[in-house]
Amino acid sequence: MKNISWKLFLVIAVVIAAIVYIIPTLKPEIWPHKKINLGLDLQGGMHLVLEVDTEKAVESTAERISQEIREQLRQQHLRNVSVTRIEGSRISAQVKTDENVDKFKELLDDDFRDLRKISEKTADGTYSIVLGMTDADRDHIKKLAVDQALETIRNRIDQFGVAEPDIRRQGDNRILIQLPGIKDTQRAKDLIGKTALLEFKLVDDTASVDAALKGDVPPGREILYRVEENPETKRVTKTPFLLKKRTLLDGSYLTDARVQIDSQFNEPYVTIDFDKKGARIFERITADNVNSRLAIVLDNNVYSAPVIQEKIAGGKARITGRFTTEEARDLAIVLRAGALPAPVNVLEERTVGPSLGSDSIRKGLLSMLIGGLLVVGFMIIYYKMAGLIADLALALNIVLIGAGLASFQATLTLPGIAGIILTIGMAVDANVIIFERIREELTLGRTPRAALDAGYDRATLTILDANVTTLIAAVVLFQFGTGPVKGFAVTLSLGVIASLFTSLILSRLIFDYLLMYRQTKTLSI
Amino acid sequence: MQFIKPDININFIGKRTLAFIFSIVMVLISIGSLVLHGGPNLGIDFQGGTLIQVKFPAPVTIKDIKTGLNSVGLGQSSVQQFGELHDNEYLIRTDGSVMTTEGFSIDVQKALDAETGSQAEIRRVEMVGPQVGQDLREKALFAMFYALLFITIYISGRFEFKWLLSGVVAVALIGAVYLFTLFHVSIPFLIVAALIVTIILFWFLELKYAMGAIVALIHDVTITVGLFSIFDKEFTLAIIAALLTIIGYSLNDTIIVFDRIRENLRKYHKNPLEVVLNRSINETLSRTILTSATTLIVVVALFVLGGGIIHDFAFALIVGIAVGTYSSIFVASPILLAWQGKQIKKNR
Repeated sequence: MKNISWKLFLVIAVVIAAIVYIIPTLKPEIWPHKKINLGLDLQGGMHLVLEVDTEKAVESTAERISQEIREQLRQQHLRNVSVTRIEGSRISAQVKTDENVDKFKELLDDDFRDLRKISEKTADGTYSIVLGMTDADRDHIKKLAVDQALETIRNRIDQFGVAEPDIRRQGDNRILIQLPGIKDTQRAKDLIGKTALLEFKLVDDTASVDAALKGDVPPGREILYRVEENPETKRVTKTPFLLKKRTLLDGSYLTDARVQIDSQFNEPYVTIDFDKKGARIFERITADNVNSRLAIVLDNNVYSAPVIQEKIAGGKARITGRFTTEEARDLAIVLRAGALPAPVNVLEERTVGPSLGSDSIRKGLLSMLIGGLLVVGFMIIYYKMAGLIADLALALNIVLIGAGLASFQATLTLPGIAGIILTIGMAVDANVIIFERIREELTLGRTPRAALDAGYDRATLTILDANVTTLIAAVVLFQFGTGPVKGFAVTLSLGVIASLFTSLILSRLIFDYLLMYRQTKTLSI
Repeated sequence: MQFIKPDININFIGKRTLAFIFSIVMVLISIGSLVLHGGPNLGIDFQGGTLIQVKFPAPVTIKDIKTGLNSVGLGQSSVQQFGELHDNEYLIRTDGSVMTTEGFSIDVQKALDAETGSQAEIRRVEMVGPQVGQDLREKALFAMFYALLFITIYISGRFEFKWLLSGVVAVALIGAVYLFTLFHVSIPFLIVAALIVTIILFWFLELKYAMGAIVALIHDVTITVGLFSIFDKEFTLAIIAALLTIIGYSLNDTIIVFDRIRENLRKYHKNPLEVVLNRSINETLSRTILTSATTLIVVVALFVLGGGIIHDFAFALIVGIAVGTYSSIFVASPILLAWQGKQIKKNR
């Protein structure tokens, strides 16, 4: 019959397609193609949601602008003007001498046109002005900061070496990172979260550190510490340094950073290379400050502060500090990948160890097997031959879910396995509806053929209805779900669709075949 | 083989008062427990916090773990046995998100090793910040809300073949919800309000089947949530997934009974409604029991063998499937009789 032949063709096509898709997962050596992705909860790994502190990016831009203004003032020999950053991202300026006011305003109009005037006043011969950035500028800086952070983190993770990391933007200022299979989560987290802002600052040896520690910090100076841990005693020592606040050179001029081993002490250190401009600046700084100390500061920690012996040309520097090889390697990675434009905070972290993941897989599969066997056994006992057909449909159903997962490159999670298990229970549901209906029709005295047709015809709509509601729930779940829950929604949806196919088309086909070609006179149901 | 004979005729509808009392009591207990516990027991997914799962090679005492935690400033944590007894696994929970950066898990591990004299293995760390917790809470509630909305539209359209009316219901519902959001009401309240609006609409538009289905739905979800509250189990993202599945599944059962009622009403339109209802429930009883049984078999397998992480999820499904089966027989169908009273009054 024509009706049977197209159904047969469809079923064969679907089965072949399913097998083609599922083979790579079972036996990758036969047919290496797309495998089923395992979620982090099954293969172990780390899920992180970071928030980029974009406000800090705006603040540091404001800080840079005020430095630029000061630089311009110096070049134009405008004295008695003080420029400071206040209240986050505002810049306040005071001009004491009258004749300088116009020149200062001119300077602002020429070079800093983008700044918005918030307030200005003249009192006691002092002209004060508060400047801020426009909202558009601020938004732009924020957006750029997140983009840049995303790029930087991606670079760092690439260099750290994680297979198939998933790093993406989430919402306005969040970054979602998924690192499957990662073992040393702590190290990865430190690597990702480090701002890695490298700065070179001069040590002020003219003022007393002790006085500054007591609160008497001279203007334009700051106290930063060198924190060291003795590897044997675990004692942490903090050494204070009085530094000139101005950053002479920062990590943005860096072209490379590599780990080297000191042959004398057998201690690792990191060498850094500057680009041409950076090399020029470095040469000028070292030439101007021979015999002063130059502090190498990373994220406000002083790493070392060697005395400049002579002018250093060539744009090379080294960072020492009691590193372990791992620490030195990670430092080189973050320096190479560049600094984060703003600090990041961990908003959400989910880490699953590999042993727990494999435990979950084992337990999930075991409950699937036991649950499945119970259902299969039950169906055969209760419906005999028809039960066997339903079981066959069920087996294909599971293959179809697997194939669906592989072909859509969806992720299988622990709730996802639960979804498959649930589908096992629900897939026979459709068959039960049909079989019960057929039994009813048979008790009404119909022939097997008529009972079969009536059973399928009447049950089809009911089955569609019943499954649509589950599908609605699954689709909503998929929309809102994250990670593991999404996996559940996927397998549940796939299971519903697969069970519609297997119960309405496959099992029908088998019944038709039995009745038509094998001339079966009774239905074993 | 047959458990339930084709000629079975149990008077389900006749027991509707008893069932009604039972359901009301269950719902009241559920709500009572929720009120007593000050709302559902939210897990770290929705509340923020830190959860650590540790495994020891040998038995340790919870007291030792706590002392160890105290030394790293986690003295306020709750420690709980997790999974099977011989697994020696424990769950450590803290309120508020401890910063998990800067060698956190290493510190915890060292502290636990030192205090218990055993090699602790940190198998899972979950830290959810308060902001993310709040986001997830809203997302979960919205998911519940949208699931209800779509299902409401579907059942009012599908059961009554009145897609126009279902459109009216949808528009009215969305309008009402929009109105409420203007007043910045909280989402749980929004959902309750939306449900009340739905029920009122169904009542006045005489969407009987839709009414039966939605009441059964509310009944099932409330009791499942209530049982979770009584057993003091935590609400996590996975539990929300389970609740949505229960919504889908409970409807599934209800739809099958309703389909048969519709069919039988055409066939035996001379019979009183009660008789038709009873007949329909009895005719589909075999199927209802069987499919619930097969689904329960697998979910119980999952509950027993699936391990600690999936345990509560499986528990929610077991409760939901059991209650859902009960409600499609004893709650959804008797609701159809509610209009009968109305009809009689009108005719008088």
